[in-house]
Amino acid sequence: MIVPYGHVLVLAGIIFCLGLVCVVARRNLIMVLIGVEIMMNGAAIAFMGSGLLWQRLEGQAFVLFILGIAATEVSVGLVLVLHAYRRSGSVDPDTYNVLKG
Amino acid sequence: MNVYALMFYATAVLITAATVLAITRRQAVHSVLFLVISFLGSAMLFYLLGSPFLAALQVIIYAGAIMVLFLFVVMMLRADHGEENKFPRRFWVPGLLVGLLFSGALWVAVFSDPSGSVPLNLTMVTPKEFGRFVFEQYWLSVEIVSLLLLLGLLAAIHLGKEKGRVERGQE
Repeated sequence: MIVPYGHVLVLAGIIFCLGLVCVVARRNLIMVLIGVEIMMNGAAIAFMGSGLLWQRLEGQAFVLFILGIAATEVSVGLVLVLHAYRRSGSVDPDTYNVLKG
Repeated sequence: MNVYALMFYATAVLITAATVLAITRRQAVHSVLFLVISFLGSAMLFYLLGSPFLAALQVIIYAGAIMVLFLFVVMMLRADHGEENKFPRRFWVPGLLVGLLFSGALWVAVFSDPSGSVPLNLTMVTPKEFGRFVFEQYWLSVEIVSLLLLLGLLAAIHLGKEKGRVERGQE
């Protein structure tokens, strides 16, 4: 045996909460994207643990899909950050309050 | 406590410490480098939880490709000069309150569940087994993810064109 299943879930919850703090508290779009990455990593850890608990391969398959979705999300998110930076000259999300195109 | 439990807790401490350091750095480059350590720790955890294939993918895709992409964009933006605004002080109390409530609910949900104390058994899934499973049972999801990656590529190409730069130069 490795550890009780609850400990894996607690670790995943801690990682997820750290990512959430990063998304909410930081005022830099790059750091917000990093927070989303951390949250996805926490979800992947939870999936791995539950796949091992029930001895099914579905958990690991979903970790694979999380990897693909994270890659897509990061590439689109970063290019949006780049776009916003070119238009407004800042990566602070509080400065994007002008609706003029 | 056997050697696997010891490895799990050591890896957990490593991941948590690296993540805390990553989200508190002022400079985005430092934070990305700490995040690489955190993702390498997750790869070790995946290896321990029985999937060497996903551990390799985590190293290659997360710690390799995605973090390098972050580094490229951080260096392109040169956004580290400006002082970052702090989280407003008056939001700390409601934020902490919601966080404590959430942690309490999580704690109750995890430890009141009887399956929370079930010990995990050591198994290993070979890449061959895993590949057969994914492409036999979840081939449709694989197709959907590949389509999503294609759409992401198209969106990146379309939005990444330098249209706005000329307008900004004229201001």
